[in-house]
Amino acid sequence: MIASELASDLLSRALARGGDLAELYVEERTGLGLTLDDRRVERPQSGREIGASIRVVQGDSTYFGHVDGLGEEDLRRVAESVSQAVSGGRREPQALSAAAEPAEAYDIRQRPEEIDSASKADILRACDEAARSAGDEVTQVTVSYVENRRRVQVFNSDGINAADDRTRVRLGAQVVARRNGTVETGHETRGGHAGFELVANQPEQVAQEAARKALTMLDAVDAPTGRMTVVVGNGFGGVLLHEAVGHGLEADAIQKRASVYAGRLGEQIAPDFLLAYDSGAEANEWGSDGIDDEGTPTQRTTIIEDGRLTSYLYDLLRARKDGVPSTGNGRRESFRHLPLPRMTNTYFANGNATPEELIEGTEHGLYAVSFGGGQVEPATGDFVFGLSEGYLIENGKVTKPVRGATLIGNGLEALQQIDGVAADLAIATGFCGKGGQRVAAGVGQPHVRIQSLTVGGTASS
Amino acid sequence: MSQPDLEQIAKRAVEAAQSAGAHDAEAWVEEAVTRQIRVYEQQVESLTDAGSRGIGLRVFLDGRSGYAYGTDLSDAGIKELASQAKESAAVADPDEFGGLPEEFGATAIDGLHSSGLADWSTERKIELAVEIERAARSHEGVSQVEDTVYADADGSVALANSRGFCSSYEASSAWAYGSVFAGEGADLMTGLGVGIGRDPAELDARAIGDEAAGRALQLVGARQPESRRCPVVLDAFVAASFVGFIGGMLSADAVQRGRSLFADREGEEIASHAVRLTDDGTDPEGPDSAPFDGEGSARRRTSLIEEGKLLTFLFDARTARKGGRETTASAERGSYRTPPSVGTANLLLEPGDADFDELVRRAGDGLYVTDVAGLHSGVNPVSGTFSVGATGRLIKGGELAGPAREMTIASDLVSMLKAVQAVGSTTRWVPFGGSVKAAPMLIGEMSISGS
Repeated sequence: MIASELASDLLSRALARGGDLAELYVEERTGLGLTLDDRRVERPQSGREIGASIRVVQGDSTYFGHVDGLGEEDLRRVAESVSQAVSGGRREPQALSAAAEPAEAYDIRQRPEEIDSASKADILRACDEAARSAGDEVTQVTVSYVENRRRVQVFNSDGINAADDRTRVRLGAQVVARRNGTVETGHETRGGHAGFELVANQPEQVAQEAARKALTMLDAVDAPTGRMTVVVGNGFGGVLLHEAVGHGLEADAIQKRASVYAGRLGEQIAPDFLLAYDSGAEANEWGSDGIDDEGTPTQRTTIIEDGRLTSYLYDLLRARKDGVPSTGNGRRESFRHLPLPRMTNTYFANGNATPEELIEGTEHGLYAVSFGGGQVEPATGDFVFGLSEGYLIENGKVTKPVRGATLIGNGLEALQQIDGVAADLAIATGFCGKGGQRVAAGVGQPHVRIQSLTVGGTASS
Repeated sequence: MSQPDLEQIAKRAVEAAQSAGAHDAEAWVEEAVTRQIRVYEQQVESLTDAGSRGIGLRVFLDGRSGYAYGTDLSDAGIKELASQAKESAAVADPDEFGGLPEEFGATAIDGLHSSGLADWSTERKIELAVEIERAARSHEGVSQVEDTVYADADGSVALANSRGFCSSYEASSAWAYGSVFAGEGADLMTGLGVGIGRDPAELDARAIGDEAAGRALQLVGARQPESRRCPVVLDAFVAASFVGFIGGMLSADAVQRGRSLFADREGEEIASHAVRLTDDGTDPEGPDSAPFDGEGSARRRTSLIEEGKLLTFLFDARTARKGGRETTASAERGSYRTPPSVGTANLLLEPGDADFDELVRRAGDGLYVTDVAGLHSGVNPVSGTFSVGATGRLIKGGELAGPAREMTIASDLVSMLKAVQAVGSTTRWVPFGGSVKAAPMLIGEMSISGS
């Protein structure tokens, strides 16, 4: 990619009229996607994009430009154009630290691009077969495989000279099942910051799980309505923490007073047995990287400990403003985007209950196994989640599946209502959108019970 | 780069693909200069000035199709792209319906590009964003203007294929929004104001700021309402979200793959007589308008629902061939990174004759919904049943009353379409979740869950 000498020269040009920080971000992205739909492998697409961006920060203002390709003249032109937005005297950047070559932070056993495409197509076909043999009521199967690699370099005027080599793979299945007039869908995905080995190991399980969900939901009854106890499943159930709490801890929302968690560090916001992390440094997890997109090494940040709010999530800019170090949460979708404070893998740590105990102790409620997605207003913490798989809990037992259930509530209130955490932590693959940027984010938790939450159903009351 | 330059690159890519062995090929080249200005507390928070370009190459070989995209437009880059595209085709299964369209063309549309954009200095654009923030803040009760953004794009697209089609166009856009908080603490509510046009002169900063403030202020003090079944008025933003979702299910691709609840319903009444829906890829105001679609079919206007009757689905060349129909020029491209797929251009919900006050009056006792959350996770795309989070105001005795939050509205899309009693008389462009021009709608009955 680019040499330290050129980077130094560009940073120097970017600071021609001053600025507190100048940064050069360089990226090469390659990827492949394959889909199987309606029994046919189709839409193979491969891509390669290379480019760089330069930003200069002065006070609370950021000036940003980006360019496709790494032509030296183009890069100099961007540096000079960005520098023109600032008005002050020249500053010299600090000498860059020793050059870092992009290296893999996690174990990638089989580089995906070294596996022939036919093997990838075979995985899709095996998944299709597995889903269709799960039951005669399966009518449609879609399977997708995506691999991508991002090699990045970050240089800044504080001397940062860092690099990362990131590989992600993801296998997803969507199954439609039909019985008479009833149609249901089931989804399942497996993904990680990992090599091809992650999807090559019994890939058909992903399709079987999607088929099981769709078939189970054919027997679903309309969801109940009203306040009740909700046991939330492990893995993707953690999207609740991500949406209803995590977004409110991102330091840009905090500093704009756009979060209910602003000014509450150290406060008891949850029961004292609750522990939660955001960690971009979990081996091979979906939201992990070696460094964030500003060159800060990823780390595990405790966000809730003994029920107390312990940290916000910072990028360099917001950290500087609060006089604290970055927590390694400065992330961006690509070289065409500015970094923002973003979650990596966000999860509740294990407690000591078992899922069975949480359910047995619930007389009447809802078992929310997995969600289709969710949305939150960080300023208030109000959230909405649609269930993709859920069951009634009656007299301490999981009974009928339900369709059309939605959980609605408020993050702070829901946190305080947690009365049990199991010990079966799992982290699932999510995509998080913010400010027009989409990044890979891991969401996770063990089984968690919320004593009282509003369920919006479709059953007529 | 000029449009002729882009066309030359597209042609060279098609030739490179043919040299690499493709039977047919099609290249999409795009270039854009974009600017985004974010202001906060009357200061520039960030200013982005950037150029970007890319190419996507689709090849057909022995009935299979492959796709490759990239940012390298040099001769060497294009040669590499051609071999990547050809290689990727090898893994696909043959598709008897695949291939380029039989006919190509470009519809002349005046006004896709405004030369006025170039006349605006960065300073004036910053001032426009600052003015939005100032207008929003001037309303008593506004506690915070969280985010104010102005953005514009000046772009060109060229498309060439191995059947001799080669054309290009340029388009400009400018849009802005403000996001506002009203109230404090647990009572804090949010509001959004938006504007869109071909250049910044079409944006009314004051109106955008006022709209954001008004939408937030009307919700302050919102409480969870009691569960009930009642008439519902959807505001234009919310109506646009539902209409956009329904438009997606009218794609012939979704229909042919058994993923649309409207499959087998062509020619039937799927909505009340008040509903008229059109997809128009040629409306000069439409953010998604263009002379040709993502595979070179001349854009047109397609009437989808007339007096409640479903007239047609949306087709590209492939789904048209499969369904024995003609394309509706609905091959959409998200960007050069993706091959074309069937989608809507600009959806127009045709206005009715009731103004907003009359919709509320006719609702009697009901609910006015100003925001929904979780539409895409809350709707079963095949059965159409949904339950989504909602915020808004109660309607009592035919007038707007107290604000309401923390509730869900539930129905299924077909029942909802059939229960549309009236569409409002004033439409507006809503630039999120696709490009939709919508008006408020009165729905006869929906199920509200609250306390």
